[in-house]
Amino acid sequence: MMYAPYLARPTTVSTVMFKVLAALLPAIATSVWVFGVGVLVQLALASVTALVTEALMLRARAVPVAPFLKDGSALLTAWLLALSMPPLGVWWLIVVATAFAIVFGKQLYGGLGNNPFNPAMVGFAMAIVAFPAQMAAWGIPHGPLSALDQLGWIFARELPAHLTLDAISSATPLDYLKTHIAPDMSATQVMASPLFGHFGGAGSEWVAFAYVAGGLYLLQQKVIAWHTPVAMLGALGLIAALMHLADPWYYSGAPFHLAAGATMLAAFFIVTDPVSAPVSARGRLIFGAGVGVLVYVIRVFGGYPDAAAFSVLLMNIATPLIDRYTRPPSFGAANRKRKEKSR
Amino acid sequence: MRQLYRFHGGIHPPEFKELSNGTPIVSPPLPARLVVPVSQHLGAPAKPCVAVGEAVLKGQLIACADGRVSAAVHAPTSGRVVAVGEADVAHPSGLLQTCISIETDGLDAWIEKTPLPNWQEADNETVRAFLRDMGVVGQGGAVFPTALKLGVSHLDTLIVNGAECEPFISCDDRLMRERAQEIVEGVRIAGTLTGAREMLIGVEDNKPEAIAALTAACAGTPIEVVSVPTLYPSGGAKQLIRILTGKEVPHGMRSTDFGVQCFNVGTLYSLKRAIVDGEPVISRIVTLTGELERCGNAEVLLGTPVEHLLAWAGVNTRCDGVIVGGPMMGFPLESRVAGVGKAVNCLIARSDTLLPPRPPAMPCIRCGACADACPAQLQPMELYWHAKAREFGPAQEANLFDCIECGACSYVCPSQLPLVDFYKFAKDEIWAAERDKKAADRARARHEFRQFRIERDKTEKAERLAARAATPAPAATPDAAKADAIRAAMAKAAERKADVAPPTEDAKRAAIKAAMARAAAKKAEQQDAGTPPKPALDDAKRAAIEAAMARAAAKKAEQQGTATSEAEAVPAPAPKPAIDDTKRAAIEAAMARAAAKKAEQQSTATSEAEAVPASAPKPAIDDAKRAAIEAAMARAAARKAEQQGAAAAEAEAAPAPAPKPAIDDAKRAAIEAAMARAAAKKAEREAQKGQDPQP
Ligand code: SF4
Ligand code: SF4
Repeated sequence: MMYAPYLARPTTVSTVMFKVLAALLPAIATSVWVFGVGVLVQLALASVTALVTEALMLRARAVPVAPFLKDGSALLTAWLLALSMPPLGVWWLIVVATAFAIVFGKQLYGGLGNNPFNPAMVGFAMAIVAFPAQMAAWGIPHGPLSALDQLGWIFARELPAHLTLDAISSATPLDYLKTHIAPDMSATQVMASPLFGHFGGAGSEWVAFAYVAGGLYLLQQKVIAWHTPVAMLGALGLIAALMHLADPWYYSGAPFHLAAGATMLAAFFIVTDPVSAPVSARGRLIFGAGVGVLVYVIRVFGGYPDAAAFSVLLMNIATPLIDRYTRPPSFGAANRKRKEKSR
Repeated sequence: MRQLYRFHGGIHPPEFKELSNGTPIVSPPLPARLVVPVSQHLGAPAKPCVAVGEAVLKGQLIACADGRVSAAVHAPTSGRVVAVGEADVAHPSGLLQTCISIETDGLDAWIEKTPLPNWQEADNETVRAFLRDMGVVGQGGAVFPTALKLGVSHLDTLIVNGAECEPFISCDDRLMRERAQEIVEGVRIAGTLTGAREMLIGVEDNKPEAIAALTAACAGTPIEVVSVPTLYPSGGAKQLIRILTGKEVPHGMRSTDFGVQCFNVGTLYSLKRAIVDGEPVISRIVTLTGELERCGNAEVLLGTPVEHLLAWAGVNTRCDGVIVGGPMMGFPLESRVAGVGKAVNCLIARSDTLLPPRPPAMPCIRCGACADACPAQLQPMELYWHAKAREFGPAQEANLFDCIECGACSYVCPSQLPLVDFYKFAKDEIWAAERDKKAADRARARHEFRQFRIERDKTEKAERLAARAATPAPAATPDAAKADAIRAAMAKAAERKADVAPPTEDAKRAAIKAAMARAAAKKAEQQDAGTPPKPALDDAKRAAIEAAMARAAAKKAEQQGTATSEAEAVPAPAPKPAIDDTKRAAIEAAMARAAAKKAEQQSTATSEAEAVPASAPKPAIDDAKRAAIEAAMARAAARKAEQQGAAAAEAEAAPAPAPKPAIDDAKRAAIEAAMARAAAKKAEREAQKGQDPQP
C-alpha cells in the first residue's frame, strides 16, 4: 500500500500545461485575424517538430516516451516559440528553432523540470542570432496575401506575380522606431506612422491584449502567480515612464513599451514558466523586475530590437542565486532568532 | 468575536466526514482476547507487572510507568493474562512490541475505582503522578504523557484542540457532541492545574453541532469555544496556537515558552474520567470508516484487535488494506491482529475506489504549489531535491526538521510526488548518521583509553624492571627468572583459556546476532533484488567463521572487561531462538555494525587495509578482524538492499508509462530500508510483499 498522504489533488502536470495552452487560444485567434493563416502554419510546424524531437530524445535517453509526450510541455514550448516567430517566416526556420529548443533547451539538461533556461527562448535566441535576416521580415498586419499565397510563401518563398517582398513584410514597430528616431525626428513623430496603431503596433497590440486576457485566466486558475508578470510589467513601465519624462524626444512612453513586441507574451507566458524561474514569491518579484529592466535596456540601448528572449535567458542564469537568497523564513523563524539572540 | 490569525498555506481536501459522523458512539462487542501494548505513549514503555496466568480486573494496573516520561497501562476488561511478549501493534514501524494479552472473561468486572476527589488541594506533583499512573496521554496522535504537559504554571492560554482537521476522522466530533460536559470539566481541571489565564477550545467550523454542544456546556464558565475556519492542518498544535493566539512556536521551542499549552479534547476527557471518576485510560473513541458496511465511531477497549472491529463493522470486499489515522498523515496497518492503542483515532478500510492511487510521478516542475500550501512555510521542493540527492546537510539548512509531515505539499503537487516519503527518509538518514557517529565516538574513546592503559602498563613494567635490575641479583637469578617467566606465561595462558572457556552471555549473544544479521541481511538482499541466491559459503567454512566470531566476541568481552559497556552498544532484549524473521534484518545489521565497529577498533592496531572480504578462515589471531569483516559484510548487504531501492527511487523521476507496482514498491522499499536501518523498521516485510499490495 502507498504511504500517506493517500489523498491528492487530481491536478497533474498535463492539467497545468493544457490550461496554459488553452490560455493561448485567444492570442492565437487574434494573431490569425491580424497576420493570417501563416500563424497556424507556424504553430503546426512547431508542434509536429516539438513532439517528434521530444519523442526521439526521450527514446535516446531511454526514458518512457508516452507520459512525457502527454504532459504537454513540448507542445507548450512549440506554441510559445511559434507565436514569438515571424508569422510568415520560412518553414525551416521554425522547424530548426523548435528542434533546437527541445534538444538544447530542454532534453539535454534532463528534460522536463530540469532545464535552467526557458526552452522557447533558447530556440528564439538561436534563430535571431543565426538567421537575423529571416527573423527580421515580419508580415504586415492585414497584409495582401491570401491564405494559399501565405502557404506558398512560407514553404516555397514564392510570391504572386503582382507582389513584392516589401508589400508583404515590414519591420516591427520596435525595429522601425529604433532605426527612425533621430535628432530631427522625435519618438512621437516616428510613432505617428500607421505602423504603430494606437499603443504599440497596428494589429499586434490587439494580440497583446489577447495575451493579457489569457494571463488573467491563468491567474484566476492559480496556474501562475501574480508576482512575476506584475514585477516585469511594473519595472518595464516604470523605467519607460521615467525615461520618457526625462527626454520625451528620444524615449517613447510606457504604453508603447508595454503593448509593443513580445512584452505581454513574455509577462504572462514566458517569465511565468515555473521551471526556469525562482520559486519563492520574493524571488519571483526580483526575477520579473530584472526581466522588465533588461527588456528596456536591450530594446533602447542594445543591439536587438526586441529583447524579451535575451532578458529572460539572462535572468534564468540568475535563478539559482535568487533562489538561494530569497528562501522565505520558516514558521516561527523570527521567534527562534530572537531566542538565539537572547542567549 | 475573537480575533483569529491565519497560518501560511493549508489545503481543503475532501472531508469524507459524513461517512462516520452521523451516528452516535457505540460499543463494539467484547473481543475474546485483547492484545494491549505496553508502549502506547511517547517515552519509556511501561513495565509489565502481571504474570501470565494471573487474573485481572477491569482497570487493574498491568504495566507500570517506567520513569518520568512514561505512562501506565491498565487492563481494559476483566480476564486472565495469557501472554506477555512481542506481538504486532498498530505502529508505523510495523515492529513487534511487548504486549500483554488478556483473555476476556465477559464479566467486565471493575476493580475498585480510585478517583482523586481532592485534586484541588493536592499539589501539582501528586496530580501529575496520579495521571501518569492512570495512563493519561495525548490522544491527538502524539501520545505524549499528559502529566508532563501539566508541569507548568501561570499559563497565558490553555488551548483545547477540537479542530480535527484530517479527512475521514470524526471521533473528536462525536465526543464533543455527546460528552461536551465531561470535556469541559476536563478543561476546567487542566486550566486550574496550569493556572491558565484563558481557556479556549478551537473547533473547525465544519462541526457546528460540536460547537453548539460545547458552547452550551461552557455556559457560565470562563472557557470560550472558538470556531476556526476549516483549513487543513488547523488541528496541528502549532497551527492551532497560531490561529487562536497569533503566536508562532518555531521548531525546537516549546509552546510553554510562549505561555501556551495545547491539549486534545479526547485527552482532557480521559483526564476528567481519571480524576473525577477514577477510571484509568482503558478505551478510546475510534472512527471506523471507509469500505465498511457500518461506518461510525466506537468506544474501543485498548488492545482490541483491528480484525475484530472490522469484522464487527462489516468490511466490504473492495477493501484492500487498512489505514491507521487519517488519509493525510496515517500509515498502513501491517497486521490486522494488532491491538488498538491510545494513538489510534481512526481506522480506514481503504480501496482504490475510495482513495484512488496517485498517477505516476513526474519530475518536479518547480511550480511552487507545495510552498504555497506548506503550513511550516518551507520550500518543500527544495527539501525534496536535497533529500533525493541525499544532500542531507543542505536539507537541514532548508529547515527539513521544521516539516511537520502534514502532507499538504504532496497533496497539491501536480507532479504527484510522494514528497513526505522523501522527508521521512532524509530525517531517518540523518538520525541514523547521528547515532552512528555517537557510537563511533564512544568506541574511539574506549580504544584510546585502552591504548593509554597498555602504554601505561608498559612504562610501569619497564620502570619496575629497571628498578629490579638496579638491585644486586641473587646467585640463582638466571634459573629463577626463567622459572618466573615460564610460570607467568602459563598463568597468562590459563587466564586466557579461562576467559575463552566460559564466554559471557553477552559475547555469545553478540556472535549469534552477528551471524543472524548476516544471514538475514543476505536474505533480504536477495528478496529485494529478486536475484537467485548467491552461492553461500560452505557450511564448514561458515561454521569456522562463526566459531571464530564467537571467540572474537569472547575476547572482546574479556578486553572490555565489563558487560555494561557491551550492553550499551548492543542493547539486547532476550533473543528469540531461530528467528529468521526478515524484518529483524535491519536491527540485527545495525547491531552487527556496532559490533563490527567495536571489533574494528580492536584490530585497528594492525592495519585497516586488512578489511577486505575474508576468503578463508585464518588462524585465531585474526579472529577479531574477521568478525569485523563479517559484520561489515552484513552491513554492506543491508545497505545494498537499501541502495537498490534508492536507485529505484531515482527511477521515479522517469516514471513508467503505467504505474508500475514493482517500481513503486522498490522505491518504498528504499525508504523503508533506510528507515529500518535508522529506526528499526520493517524493510524486508515490505519487500516480501513486493507483488502483493494487500497486507
Ligand atoms: S508542487 Fe511538486 S512540482 Fe510543484 S514545486 Fe512542489 S514538488 Fe515541485
Ligand atoms: S509535509 Fe512538511 S514540507 Fe510538506 S507541507 Fe507539510 S510541513 Fe510543509
